[in-house]
Amino acid sequence: MGLLRIFRACLLVLAFAGPAQAQDLVPVPPLSAHLTDQAGLLNAEQRARLEAVLADYEAKTGSQIAVLIVKTTAPEQIEQYSIRVADAWKLGRKGVDDGVLLLVAPGNTSAMRRLRIEAGRGVQGVLTDAKSKQVLQDVIAPHFRNQQFYEGLAAGVGAIATTLNAEKFPPPPAPKQQAQRQQADGGVSILKPLLFIGFIVLLLKIMGGGGARRLGSNGWGSGAAGFIIGSVLSNASHGGGSSGGGGFSDGGGFSGGGGSFDGGGASGDW
Amino acid sequence: MLLATLLSGCGYNDFQTKDEATKAAWGEVVNQYQRRADLIPNLVNTVKGYASHEKDTLEAVTRARAAATSMQITPEVLNDPAAFAKFQAVQGELSSALSKLMMVTEAYPDLKANANFRDLQSQLEGTENRITVARQRYIVTVQDFNVQVRKFPTNLTAMMFGYKVKPSFTVENEKAISTAPTVNFGK
Repeated sequence: MGLLRIFRACLLVLAFAGPAQAQDLVPVPPLSAHLTDQAGLLNAEQRARLEAVLADYEAKTGSQIAVLIVKTTAPEQIEQYSIRVADAWKLGRKGVDDGVLLLVAPGNTSAMRRLRIEAGRGVQGVLTDAKSKQVLQDVIAPHFRNQQFYEGLAAGVGAIATTLNAEKFPPPPAPKQQAQRQQADGGVSILKPLLFIGFIVLLLKIMGGGGARRLGSNGWGSGAAGFIIGSVLSNASHGGGSSGGGGFSDGGGFSGGGGSFDGGGASGDW
Repeated sequence: MLLATLLSGCGYNDFQTKDEATKAAWGEVVNQYQRRADLIPNLVNTVKGYASHEKDTLEAVTRARAAATSMQITPEVLNDPAAFAKFQAVQGELSSALSKLMMVTEAYPDLKANANFRDLQSQLEGTENRITVARQRYIVTVQDFNVQVRKFPTNLTAMMFGYKVKPSFTVENEKAISTAPTVNFGK
């Protein structure tokens, strides 16, 4: 048992030995709505309207478009900050990867760029980098140059949504499917220790010459021990693992669906 | 039974997982570099139409692309620091040849107004960013793997099964990529 504890400790150390975060970076805001305006670019009414448009789009199509306005991304380039946000928020459905992040940072210098579209892996067939660039330069920027931020964002979101409509994504899931999917996941994780027991039993059978008798009296005992050790180990190694997945919360809240990003998209300025 | 416990306790399974993770991250890096290489012929042709007398710059890009794509990339590159370094070098040369080309194009307003060129330019920009992201993810994954190779007691497992520290991208290489190339084909 002492040995086991050392092993567990060593696993824990590994789990915490991950990359140390640099200190002075702009933090990724918590994801609570489709629209997050930290720079106060929009007034309350405009925020509500844009949020409604984005939420409605997700309800109808299942794809997630989110808008984030931060004061600045300094000292990072907008691309570096934006991929951090996209990785943390996990917009889009898992496996479909139909999430899009529209990022605005009015306080950035123009060398750092002030606009970015971060396109999920799944949408890049239609929302190509070139298309993203067009949306930024030809749709959003002209409005922004006239200080019409709401109009620019509304037009930009509209253009992105129209573009995404050209792709046939799976329809939005009914709330029930979510529960089923979680059940299926549970089934798999039960299977693992069971397999482990099977393996132990098999091993005993092969190793022990008088196998049958020993299995009858003593075998189950070591099998159970194997089960316990097995689940302890698999728990330990799973600690700190991914916990995305969720998504489409039932309450009024909003969370990412587990979509993934590869840095595709475009940056621009106005 | 003891063997099984020892193996999983000493991180044998973790090695399998992390080894696969580095391979996947590496695959993504190679994939994105390939994506960039695929964009280049189109880009070169478009620029040629407007800036035909920038022959040297165009040829440098074509040559660097040929050098980059002629290299055989297998997952084995990860276990061969020399091959890894060569991969970085050829891609780095292509990066600087490309950025030179893009700088040159600034002098051609007609070219910059060309819709096709604009599209290619944004695809290239996007792909350069994908490369950065893929490299960053690879660095993190390899770091995770290498820590396990070096730390006690998993280093014993690594020794037993021949897992070695994998090469990674470094800041030095980053610098080499962003500075002007000193191409020496005589070597």
